[in-house]
Amino acid sequence: MTFSVLVEVQLRPGISDPQGQTIERALPTLGFDGVSGVRVGKSMRFSVDADNEAAARAQVDEICQKFLTNPVIEDAIITLDQQ
Amino acid sequence: MSSRVGVVQFPGTNCEFDVVEAVTALGGQGELVWHGDSVLPQVDAIVVPGGFAHGDYLRPGAIAQFSPIMNAVKEFANSGGPVVGICNGFQILTETGLLPGALQKNSGLKFLCQPAQLRVETTESVLTRSAEVGQILSVPINHFEGNFTCSEETLAELRDQDRIVVTYVDNPNGSMGDIAGVCNEGRNVVGLMPHPERASNALLGSTDGNIMFSSLLEAAISASV
Repeated sequence: MTFSVLVEVQLRPGISDPQGQTIERALPTLGFDGVSGVRVGKSMRFSVDADNEAAARAQVDEICQKFLTNPVIEDAIITLDQQ
Repeated sequence: MSSRVGVVQFPGTNCEFDVVEAVTALGGQGELVWHGDSVLPQVDAIVVPGGFAHGDYLRPGAIAQFSPIMNAVKEFANSGGPVVGICNGFQILTETGLLPGALQKNSGLKFLCQPAQLRVETTESVLTRSAEVGQILSVPINHFEGNFTCSEETLAELRDQDRIVVTYVDNPNGSMGDIAGVCNEGRNVVGLMPHPERASNALLGSTDGNIMFSSLLEAAISASV
């Protein structure tokens, strides 16, 4: 089976996010009020062949732990869809 | 006997020749080591220099940590050999797990290229053994991701174990604890964001970096006997 994978890498809660803070400060000056909690991350999309969803998820988990995130400051939200 | 210092070169490294020059000017023997090799030549110390290894793609150091030479560097470090990571080299050493913490974007989101005043916090490291605690060194910084970040527990551990090697007198990038450089538990692996090789000759405006390279050369001699 082939799964479409979306990995969203984000800074862990409590880790300061200078980009998010800058965007948040900019918004009111552009007339957008009431926006808070801006956090900037990055997303990656790819496909994975695996026997089942659990196996695909296990592999993507390991890829994220080992390579796509720095666990000291980042974590990942993984979304899988069977193609 | 002159110490042999291996200077690791990745695609995208750009400070390797400056480090070789600085080490050689102090009587050491600097030589380049290619990242694709899996065996180190006979060296007494290793420097992972600055630049943009593998283009800094994904994150600084994220890809470099898997270069073949890094297994040999880890073994060298784990057997007590002196290893220093400068700027991008510091980022690479945190990614490999040889040093704690991570370097994230500067708090002001500016690429900083300027002289920095550093305070020596400990002389119990391969990079500061010839310096004095409290000594102020003028060494340039040149980075976008130099904001040292770690958990509160790690910071407390670094303080308790006297592993903060140098701090900024005037914190330019938001680093926790004003940290500019740290060492591992064995004190033989040091990473710092400032560039001592750019403060190694009066023509460059400062020679304060030479105290660090002299320390490394001394440490290299004692490690090799």
